Amino acid sequence: MAMTRKQQRSAFIVTGLVILGAAAALVLTALRDTIVFFYTPSEVISKKVEPGTRFRLGGLVAKDSIERLQGAKVRFTVTDTDNTLTVTYAGTLPDLFREGQGVVTEGQLLRSGHFEADTVLAKHDENYMPKEVADALKKKGVWQEQSGVKQ
Amino acid sequence: MIVETGHFALLLAFAVAAYQMLVPLYAAEMGDERLMRVAPTAAVVQFLLLAIAFAVLTRAYVTSDFSLENVWANSHSAKPLVYKISGVWGNHEGSMLLWVLILALFSAAVAVFGGSLPPGLKARVIAVQGSISFAFLAFIVLVSNPFWRLDPAPAEGKGLNPILQDPALAIHPPLLYAGYVGLSVAFSFAIAALIEGRVDAAWARWVRPWTLAAWMFLTVGIAMGSWWAYYELGWGGWWFWDPVENASFMPWLIATALLHSAIVVEKRNALKVWTILLAILAFSLSLVGTFLVRSGVLTSVHAFAVDPARGVFILLILCLFIGGALTLYAWRAPQLQAGGLFSPISRESALVVNNLLLTAAAAAVFIGTLYPLALEAINGNKISVGPPYFNFTFGILILPLLLLVPLGPMMSWKRADAWAAAQRLWVAALIALAGGILSLVIQIRGPWLAPLGIALGGWLIAGSLVELAGRIKLFSAPTAVSWSRLRGLPGQAIGMTLAHLGVGVMVLGIVAVTAWRQEVIKEMSPQEVLEIAGSKVIFVGESPLTGPNYSATVGRFRIERGKTVLTELKSEKRVFLPSRQPTTEVGIYPMWTGDLYVVMGDQAPDGKRTVRAYFNPLVNFIWFGAVIMFIGGAVSLFDRRYRIGAPTRAAASEPVPAAE
Repeated sequence: MAMTRKQQRSAFIVTGLVILGAAAALVLTALRDTIVFFYTPSEVISKKVEPGTRFRLGGLVAKDSIERLQGAKVRFTVTDTDNTLTVTYAGTLPDLFREGQGVVTEGQLLRSGHFEADTVLAKHDENYMPKEVADALKKKGVWQEQSGVKQ
Repeated sequence: MIVETGHFALLLAFAVAAYQMLVPLYAAEMGDERLMRVAPTAAVVQFLLLAIAFAVLTRAYVTSDFSLENVWANSHSAKPLVYKISGVWGNHEGSMLLWVLILALFSAAVAVFGGSLPPGLKARVIAVQGSISFAFLAFIVLVSNPFWRLDPAPAEGKGLNPILQDPALAIHPPLLYAGYVGLSVAFSFAIAALIEGRVDAAWARWVRPWTLAAWMFLTVGIAMGSWWAYYELGWGGWWFWDPVENASFMPWLIATALLHSAIVVEKRNALKVWTILLAILAFSLSLVGTFLVRSGVLTSVHAFAVDPARGVFILLILCLFIGGALTLYAWRAPQLQAGGLFSPISRESALVVNNLLLTAAAAAVFIGTLYPLALEAINGNKISVGPPYFNFTFGILILPLLLLVPLGPMMSWKRADAWAAAQRLWVAALIALAGGILSLVIQIRGPWLAPLGIALGGWLIAGSLVELAGRIKLFSAPTAVSWSRLRGLPGQAIGMTLAHLGVGVMVLGIVAVTAWRQEVIKEMSPQEVLEIAGSKVIFVGESPLTGPNYSATVGRFRIERGKTVLTELKSEKRVFLPSRQPTTEVGIYPMWTGDLYVVMGDQAPDGKRTVRAYFNPLVNFIWFGAVIMFIGGAVSLFDRRYRIGAPTRAAASEPVPAAE
């Protein structure tokens, strides 16, 4: 079974290509099925997002909108200052979840027009604004690099 | 005045780095041995200067010298001493200084312990290390200088992010950086070898211990980060496939591949070109990781205040080094002498498959991590790639590797009998099967994949033990003979057994906690009971507490099983000064079967507390497995054959007897 140097190199390359090909196929399938888009409340309206689609909703937690419901549920409103969307979430909110601050949630839109989140992304730093939220707010001109959010 | 000394030492180190980069390279090119001897001195001097700078910064933190902008922004006089010290690297500027300090430490270690290295190779390795130092010192001095002053000095600092005030996170960055930066040595050896146009068994013997050391630090650093996330973030999760986690995991995967391929170079003088590429990739991914973490281009749950403008500078360094290294590789690698031949069924081939799978897995993680960035640049769509993607791609790619792990060490070099190797593993297969069935008996509920996962863990553990038993002729020779054979085994062999065993232990933990985790959320008043995993969690009550730099509400929970009281757990809601930032401390009761994990949540309108309780079966096996892997690495590192001065080029050109 001794191989020549050339055969050995070809074997190496062929095995490599097979594994890489398999990996590429996996990656492409997974990317098609598992990626999640990020929208602001305005984009949810303008892109006519279908109920049942999984996506990330981001924006600011509207002032005085956090409401605790029965059964450890929470309801709050996410705003991008133009439009708002009501979010319900069953679970404990991260420590740094605050009114007037940026938030990213993941879940799906219900037929009722509410957003049902199963994840509220935690953050570690009070001054940290998720990049998508910062970008979206910058686009709207309500975000300033230095002072944070104008209100 | 002392601060200026530190700043001056930093600037001097910058100058020394330039010298260390240029002069030895020139000397090696000219073959001027006398001039080459400046390289080790420069490396040691650079390290000492950076150590002074770092010590001065640490002193400024300890004495709360708020005339330094960096100290003011990240410290507070009321902070406990240990967190004043860890605060030095709990921020951008300080952590970059730690980064170069560790880099310089590794360069100095090469200078001091590399006595047996040929002078040309040694000079070039140190010069490449110097160039990395130079680039990052330029970054620190120009845009990220921790010694910048504030005038007038504020009376009080802004405080360190309370979530970072934790013992595990105090030592997590230094460990992780030691891993990241340790890979620079393999990178420098690769570049030096490409410049010299020579890679041989001795080269691999020099590279392997450095890679091993870096890999050990990475392993334990990542594990510690995961452990911290587990108990500090209050979600009970241990791995989130977050960009920041992936940033440390990708270099680990490639470093693992490199460790294995370097064995082939060392023993069989083959796979040289590939090994060089891995050495370049491993450190390149460390740089990518540094960039991802420090620039904040990706949304991460672990993101701390980040500065995109500085990211551009790191991106520039990254392109320069990765681009330069790969160009040099494309130009010089084809000129390297081809090595030994091997048949498709052999230890070499097994290691090739290991390498390809690890690299493919790293590539899948890489694509998933960077795809959102690429897509946004192309069409402006913002997306996120989450755990479903990573679990699917990484899981499928790593599964065959895990299945093959016990088989690899059974194969002989050059040409092996796959069937004979498999036959030697029948005991391991039986144990794996028994483990799978046992898990079905104990826990019938849960996903059908879970018993298979447990069997996989058993296969890995039993496989490595069977291999060890075979080596020492356990049961086939008198016990005394086996004992003496065990004591005579090279550290490398025991290290491998331990490392593979650690992987198996970790697999058990991952499978168990993923498949059989229990969660109960309940709104509770004092004396109410929550039942989980056969235990009762009784909410005793809450009381206020004042800590050194925080005030807290402590919730107390009594854990009972049957009529016995197991323990009383505390879960705290803390509010830190001066930022008023809240954090949650969870209560964990570790048992043999897993952790009982209790978190006190917010107060509901009716005054009840939201309480979440988890039962995380075998979760500690995950970190325990990582520790076993670390110990395996250490045992292998102290193998007598790697002792300083052991590998010399003359000795290495003799045929190396293939280990069994």
